[in-house]
Amino acid sequence: LTMELQIKVNGEDQVFSISPNDRLSDALRRQGYLGVKTGCYTGDCGTCTVLLDGEPIVSCLMLAAQAQGASIATVEGMARGGRLHPLQEAFLDEGAVQCGFCIPGMLLSAQALLNRNPEPSEDEVREAFAGNLCRCTGYERPVRAVLKAAVRMRGAK
Amino acid sequence: MSQSNRPQFRVVGHDVWRVDGRQLVTGAPAFTDDYPQRGMLIGKILGSPHAHARIKHIDTAKAEALEGVHAVLTYQDVPKARGPIGRRADLFNRTPYTRAGQDYPEPSPWDYFLLDDKVRFVGDRVAAVAADTEEIALEALERIKVAYEVLPAVFTPQEALASGAPVIHDEPDVVHVKDPKRNLCAGIDVHLRDVAAGFAQADLVVEHTYHVHRVQHAQMELHTAISYFDEHDRLVVICSTQVPFHVRRQLSMALGLPIGRIRVIKPRIGGGFGGKQEMVIEDICAALTVATHRPVRIELTRYEDLFAARCRHPMRITMKTGVKREGTLTANEMIALVDAGAYGSHSPTVPTNTGNKNLPRYRCPNVHYKFDAAYTNLSIAGAMRGYGTPQGAYAIECHMDEVAEALGMDPVEFRLKTTVREGDIDELSPHIYEVKTQAIQTGWPITTCGLPECLKQGAQAIGWNEKRQAYGRSNALKPVILKGVGMACLSQGSGVAAIDTANATVKLNEDGSVNLLIGAADIGTGGDTVIAQIVAETLGIAVSDVVLYTTDTDIVPFDSGAYASSTTYVSGNAALKAAEEVKDSILQIAASLMGEPQGQLRLLDRQVVAASGKKLPLREAAMHSIYVLKEQIEHTASFVSPVSPPPFAAQFADIEVDSETGQIRVVEFVTAVDAGTIVNPELAAGQVDGAVSMGLGYALIEEMVFDEKGRPMNKGLIDYKLFKAKGMPKLKTIFVETYEPTGPYGVKAIAEIPVNGPAPAVANAVKHALGVRIFDLPLTPERVLRALGKM
Repeated sequence: LTMELQIKVNGEDQVFSISPNDRLSDALRRQGYLGVKTGCYTGDCGTCTVLLDGEPIVSCLMLAAQAQGASIATVEGMARGGRLHPLQEAFLDEGAVQCGFCIPGMLLSAQALLNRNPEPSEDEVREAFAGNLCRCTGYERPVRAVLKAAVRMRGAK
Repeated sequence: MSQSNRPQFRVVGHDVWRVDGRQLVTGAPAFTDDYPQRGMLIGKILGSPHAHARIKHIDTAKAEALEGVHAVLTYQDVPKARGPIGRRADLFNRTPYTRAGQDYPEPSPWDYFLLDDKVRFVGDRVAAVAADTEEIALEALERIKVAYEVLPAVFTPQEALASGAPVIHDEPDVVHVKDPKRNLCAGIDVHLRDVAAGFAQADLVVEHTYHVHRVQHAQMELHTAISYFDEHDRLVVICSTQVPFHVRRQLSMALGLPIGRIRVIKPRIGGGFGGKQEMVIEDICAALTVATHRPVRIELTRYEDLFAARCRHPMRITMKTGVKREGTLTANEMIALVDAGAYGSHSPTVPTNTGNKNLPRYRCPNVHYKFDAAYTNLSIAGAMRGYGTPQGAYAIECHMDEVAEALGMDPVEFRLKTTVREGDIDELSPHIYEVKTQAIQTGWPITTCGLPECLKQGAQAIGWNEKRQAYGRSNALKPVILKGVGMACLSQGSGVAAIDTANATVKLNEDGSVNLLIGAADIGTGGDTVIAQIVAETLGIAVSDVVLYTTDTDIVPFDSGAYASSTTYVSGNAALKAAEEVKDSILQIAASLMGEPQGQLRLLDRQVVAASGKKLPLREAAMHSIYVLKEQIEHTASFVSPVSPPPFAAQFADIEVDSETGQIRVVEFVTAVDAGTIVNPELAAGQVDGAVSMGLGYALIEEMVFDEKGRPMNKGLIDYKLFKAKGMPKLKTIFVETYEPTGPYGVKAIAEIPVNGPAPAVANAVKHALGVRIFDLPLTPERVLRALGKM
């Protein structure tokens, strides 16, 4: 671990010691952000999805060193003060979680969608999951959960 | 018992959040790789580049010389007990075992060795390395020099069983392989009465051959294991497994350590689908820990996970059915030729399901089921959701459409006429079953059967009659987009009768909460949650009062594991029994505290309620037990079922076929399922959704492809395609609830049955759209264009 990475994670400034060839997903997991899952290391499954400056990326395809100065959001930042994010609640209400391995990535893809489009259509939600593979749910309940959370979040505003 | 007069429940039948839900949505530590150990080495496996070869010479010196490498293991470290002298003869001895996670003695052949001097498929284990980092481990693999004698290889069961074929398991020390010299791994031949006589009585005999291909579980969490010696020098293995207790026993066999010195911990599992009913890497990971005395982690790459783990058995299935003009079956025959792959994991049992989870669905006096499972030099087939049933369901459900068409009958009408009803006896299954019970004489009664209702409600939901006619008319005009509706009906089991065993311990705490210790392995299905609901229902408490501890072999009682749709039915029954014993102890104490007869007491809303209206908080009974009587209320109960009550389902597909590109699009998919009482509707419907998406993948886009030398062609999830959110059709699920008297609160199983129908339902819809049958899966654009005579 020969380099220093200055990075903001879930709003907190952090300094990670990294190797030049660390993937961003490796660096985040080593620092305890275990919500960043890894299911392929080739960018195909989307379980390592995080938000980089608000946009979803697969963190296994980015070198940690490239994230110098960036702002990262992981699933650990979604619940605030012990309260789940409306998306997290909706996922549990709708039975959208099975094994749970893809869920952090899906939650972040959904969050990015709702940030730019608070009133998405079902098709737009499905489009937002284009980079997230799930083998358990057939996507049916995760899609419903996002639509439900969107309604709740609009109602709260 | 029909739905109308079934008991009303407070917790069972209602949606509650998953008990592990908060953990999973917040990204808290949950999965194997979230529990790294201090000083942990990285293990990597060298896979064979050849489909069939003998290792003539292996030189590990350069790998061992690399700084940061702590162990390199090859077959030379696993010597025969009194054979050639190995370098670490003190550590391992050559022992045949199976990695199939089944009750002891496993029906699967013991045809595997920790490391061997022969490799039998591309990706087979040649050597294993433990090093400080992944980079060093990978470099060490490159430095291992192997000289192979490449042997001729076989890639189909037909080639494997041909005379003069190369023998894949020619080692003398394999145990219970049916005929290793012929590459015959397993097989059975079962007759119910006389099919020849049945065919003679038939007005019409229909015969076709169907082929199903090789697909993969592709669960999101890679096979991962972490092993280490604890402070008492006991081997601990944290692993992503469906069968922790079988892994412990098989580790003991593979490594020569006593079971009591091994502890297996199953954290949350990132999907299993049968692929983790198997000790895929735990043995070699633990062997590296034994060799180094250091913690070791192995996580397969996605490429290894696709080809060096397990897959679904490919089969060629010939169906021959004799039928009377009015639609009754006189004889039904299914003959399956099964590709086991290079090792025999689950190959004696998966194909039994192909027959006994499909043939008994149709009333027929004369039945013949035969399978031969042959070794080939391809990826190892094993357990996968449905466990042989989807293969048979594809053949029989396509075939029954062909039979109906030959009779000029509507497919739904034909099923309503020919399928089993409540009160029928399944005479066939006990003969095919892996254990011979007295049911061979009596058959298994079908105590509950919602199949007719599934057929009717499913047909109505998809608009069967209208679409069947309307699409027939529009297709006759030869439009570019052809439309079709197709269906299939299905059955499965609820656990493995007379084998699957579950135990549960329920311990009452002072505040009326309970600890529930179960060996059942929730692999993402929600098993822990529905079992907690069953316990909460029984004790009149909330699900949040049930504190689960699952599965650590040091702490929880034995369970066969998560497979065969067994968790809710088998493990749920054990939990119900333990909870009922705890309830009895509570009521005994409450009776004396309240001065009421015990028979007049029940548990409701955290209280003991007497018929007289008198109430006692559960907490007071619990405090009294611990601080006054000085007694811990705790009960462990065991459960094994003599039967495996079948759930039933009917599935319907509405599709479009582009006659110019050959592309099939599924527009809507309906599942109507009788799984007994539904404990948690959202979670159960989620099981159906996921199974349908996996079944549609099987029907349309998933396929493991190999080149002429047996080398895998798909490189990862980029070209082993799974359905994505956008490709999925509109899904609809209908529960036709029955009340199964042997299940906890009337439960049957749900997890596997919905994976069986998508392939035949879509294939039958394609037949409806094209007017031509495609017999082989997957239903690719190329096959569609061929069927249309355009290629």
